[in-house]
Amino acid sequence: MKTALVTGSARGIGRAICEEFARSGVAGRIVACDVQKEWCEETVAALRAIPGVEAEAVAMDVSSEESVVAGVAEAAKLFGSLDIVVNNAGITRDGLLARMTADQWDAVLGVNLRGAFLVSREAAKIMIRARSGSIVNIASVVGLMGNAGQANYSASKGGLVALTKTTARELGGRGIRVNAVAPGFINSKMTEDLPDAVKQQMLSIVPLKKFGEVSDVAKAVAFLASDAASYVTGQVLSVNGGMLMP
Amino acid sequence: MTLEEKVKQIVVDSLHAEASQVTPEASFVNDLGADSLDQAELMMNIEDAFKQYVGDNIPEEDAAKFETVGSVIEFLKSKGVPETL
Repeated sequence: MKTALVTGSARGIGRAICEEFARSGVAGRIVACDVQKEWCEETVAALRAIPGVEAEAVAMDVSSEESVVAGVAEAAKLFGSLDIVVNNAGITRDGLLARMTADQWDAVLGVNLRGAFLVSREAAKIMIRARSGSIVNIASVVGLMGNAGQANYSASKGGLVALTKTTARELGGRGIRVNAVAPGFINSKMTEDLPDAVKQQMLSIVPLKKFGEVSDVAKAVAFLASDAASYVTGQVLSVNGGMLMP
Repeated sequence: MTLEEKVKQIVVDSLHAEASQVTPEASFVNDLGADSLDQAELMMNIEDAFKQYVGDNIPEEDAAKFETVGSVIEFLKSKGVPETL
């Protein structure tokens, strides 16, 4: 039975990924991570309600090296292995480039990109020795096409795409696969605060004429994380309703 | 167990090398067929085994000088690891 660690799993896409892993059997032992352990209580309770699934919460602030080193070590110890890691934790601090503060930039890059690097590094140490593993990074359509008002967020997500490809090249020789999912416009806490006008404008460029659900992203992540994708590495799977066809 | 025996054992485990080939003069790359990830794994295992002497992370400038089994043994001696463990 595989063990999966998912960052930012208190809610939204992260929680949906945990639940999809558990329901589909991609992973039967799940470590739900977020900045505070308590934030994952609902996720863990939902997972434990699924027969045969074990779940634990671990506190992990991915922007802190110390927290990541301790958190990944704790996660690996809980179930004695670490087969799947999903770098999902992400934040936004939107603003036009001309008005963006360095703090806004640093905060977003610190969580979204540096955090994924730190978690990947710690996970890689375990997976290299195990000579197997699967890492999935949650990128974004804006990391591929850019988005006005999100210089920081789109740069972090573009960086994640490059991190995915480089990590896939480095670790491929050890049977470790690394892929990314690039969601488009998904109904979640991160997008619900956007102005209606912005939502309508985005919808107009989506061929499927609707926003995605967190479960749509979770299913793509589950595929890439699973043995069904055993010959897939270094790829970016877009889940965006056709909004961008890279 | 001596320091040399311990290092040899770690090298055998990390690189899946034949014990008979792991001599102090053996080059990780040329004689033992190690690639860059093998060497990274070897460093992690050395760090784990000798944590109290070398800390959690052997600096990259030190690790870069490790070309032979003997060079690792000399490095560990310089960090105060005794010859008999």
